[in-house]
Amino acid sequence: MKQKFKRPESLIDVPFHFCPGCHHGIIHRIVAEAIDEFGLRERSIGVASVGCSVFMYDYFDVDVLEAPHGRAPAVATGVKRARPESFVFTYQGDGDLAAIGTSEIIHAANRGERLSVIFVNNTTYGMTGGQMAPTTLPGQTTTTTPYGRDTYVAGFPIRMTEIMAQLAGVSYAARVSVHNPKALMKTKKAVRKAFESQIRDRGLGFVEVLSACPTNWKMKPLEAARHVEEVMAPSFPLGEYKDDLQTSGT
Amino acid sequence: MSDRKLVNGNEAIAMGAIDAGCRFYFGYPITPQNQIPEYMAAHLPEVGGVFLQAESEIASINMLLGAGATGVRAMTSSSSPGISLKQEGISYMAGSEIPGVIVNMSRSGPGLGGIAPSQGDYFQATRGGGHGDYRTLVLAPHSVQENYDLTIRAFDLADRYRNPVVVLGDAILGQIKEPVILRPPDRAKETRKDWILTGCAGRKPRLLKSLYLTDGELTEHNWRLYRKYQEMRREVLYETVGTEDAEMIVVAFGSVGRIVKTSLEMARESGLRIGLLRPVSLFPFPTEALQQAAERVKRFLVMELNTGQMVEDVKLSVAHMAQVDFYGRPPGSIPTPDELFKEIQSAFERMS
Amino acid sequence: MAKVEFLEERCKGCGLCVLTCPKNCLIISSRFNRQGYAIAECIHPEDCTGCALCAEMCPDVVIEVWK
Repeated sequence: MKQKFKRPESLIDVPFHFCPGCHHGIIHRIVAEAIDEFGLRERSIGVASVGCSVFMYDYFDVDVLEAPHGRAPAVATGVKRARPESFVFTYQGDGDLAAIGTSEIIHAANRGERLSVIFVNNTTYGMTGGQMAPTTLPGQTTTTTPYGRDTYVAGFPIRMTEIMAQLAGVSYAARVSVHNPKALMKTKKAVRKAFESQIRDRGLGFVEVLSACPTNWKMKPLEAARHVEEVMAPSFPLGEYKDDLQTSGT
Repeated sequence: MSDRKLVNGNEAIAMGAIDAGCRFYFGYPITPQNQIPEYMAAHLPEVGGVFLQAESEIASINMLLGAGATGVRAMTSSSSPGISLKQEGISYMAGSEIPGVIVNMSRSGPGLGGIAPSQGDYFQATRGGGHGDYRTLVLAPHSVQENYDLTIRAFDLADRYRNPVVVLGDAILGQIKEPVILRPPDRAKETRKDWILTGCAGRKPRLLKSLYLTDGELTEHNWRLYRKYQEMRREVLYETVGTEDAEMIVVAFGSVGRIVKTSLEMARESGLRIGLLRPVSLFPFPTEALQQAAERVKRFLVMELNTGQMVEDVKLSVAHMAQVDFYGRPPGSIPTPDELFKEIQSAFERMS
Repeated sequence: MAKVEFLEERCKGCGLCVLTCPKNCLIISSRFNRQGYAIAECIHPEDCTGCALCAEMCPDVVIEVWK
């Protein structure tokens, strides 16, 4: 018998701190698999953001640099411009990328920085206990929208992948999820393409992954996975919104 | 024989950076320092460097953090309100011990203030400026030559201490034109770096962070940083003029120090023996030099373009040994040597 | 022939593997690990096809698969 599935080499063999049923673990593993597959570990520099993903450096066996909240795309820009031969990726949550960091991600994308960005959207601020995020759905209860998000007062969920797809500097933009194996396989493909955007020097590669936060949604893990499929996906439609990798070039 | 050129103050800073080996500049337009990014945009590509006009001062300090983490020499510049925006990034650089040079060509505040020169950022520069217990080295030029020389020094200090370094100028120093002798340094003596992020080929992965959650870890980290800042005291720099026989010493930095030099000549002509102690490093502050002077001289007059900032450090240094008086000129008008001379005269009479 | 192995101390009892297995080989058992989580286990190893979907879905990299 041959081993068909094992921990990727770039994923350090330690327990994850994530809550039971949180999808960060799946997404971390998929990113590590892609690092292994493309042989990137020794030239990777990861930029850690703030949120549940802040401990990225405990899990990825690569050089890692901590960035202030929201600023990972700017920090990654500095890294990539200084060491263009390195492979630079960020891993950010929805508060980090779509609230405080909107300017940094849009401008890094607009400049066509050769970066790969993994954006984890779970419609909440997980680490800090479940406050409203820019991606929180109308009517969704959070600790700062205890009566449900009222769009008149608190605005609407922001759809980042659609925005990214508009920018000329973005070579790949997709929204995926990991709530079941079929969806998970699409996430693997999308992460690979976001990596290729950088490796083939085409532009910024962006993957938004819809993810479950059972603890702050006050759901059990299986219920939370269903919530991604049945409630989140209709509001954040899955799909590839931009893919320049098909066109001619290296 | 070295070059001697007539150079704009802001451009001298950019020249110094390039001569020191800086190949990465990240910045944003703001008056009165725009010649710095403009010079960098024109000349960095000539030496294979990268100029990037960022979307904000926040983005540019974070780009500096990223580039510095990979071991290259990199710089950003701005002016007062933009420097306020950078404080979070500077705090992170200090906590992660990432070197970099931040140039502040001060304008007037608070808020949007004005574009006239001021020294209202002294506290911000010398007390860390952002959150947490940290310090940056601060160098305060008073001439275009010092703009050039101290910028070069700033890069060496940043690498030597793995720390952000602030070059604190002002609108006058940015806009004047003076002859400068260009003396590029010997790059071979630069600090070697075994902590940089370059991809982990041939070694174990490295991590640069400022987050320490385990009980006791951050306490120890902060004490280590504190000890580093104590070591920085050996980098103290200051200039004295006529202090050997002075009856009163003026303490002033930057442009005010420059103007006071002329006021001193007027004072000597009128029979007053006035000296100047001009701090060049604001952190570390020349406490010992002031105390040595205070053993003999019992009158100090601090003159600044603000409502009272450096005067506190002078008082902390010598108020137990001597009288310390203060003349403040909040930003919005530049004092003449004559005006400062009159203030020097009044202060001398008040303290006699 | 195929088999799965569980790193039981890493399991958080989330149940995603149980839901995913197309052959219904897996359950959340009544055994607890040192973290206090009820551990997933394979109760029908004879039905395992080695598809590895359980391992793919596991957020904690608990499962190794051989075929």
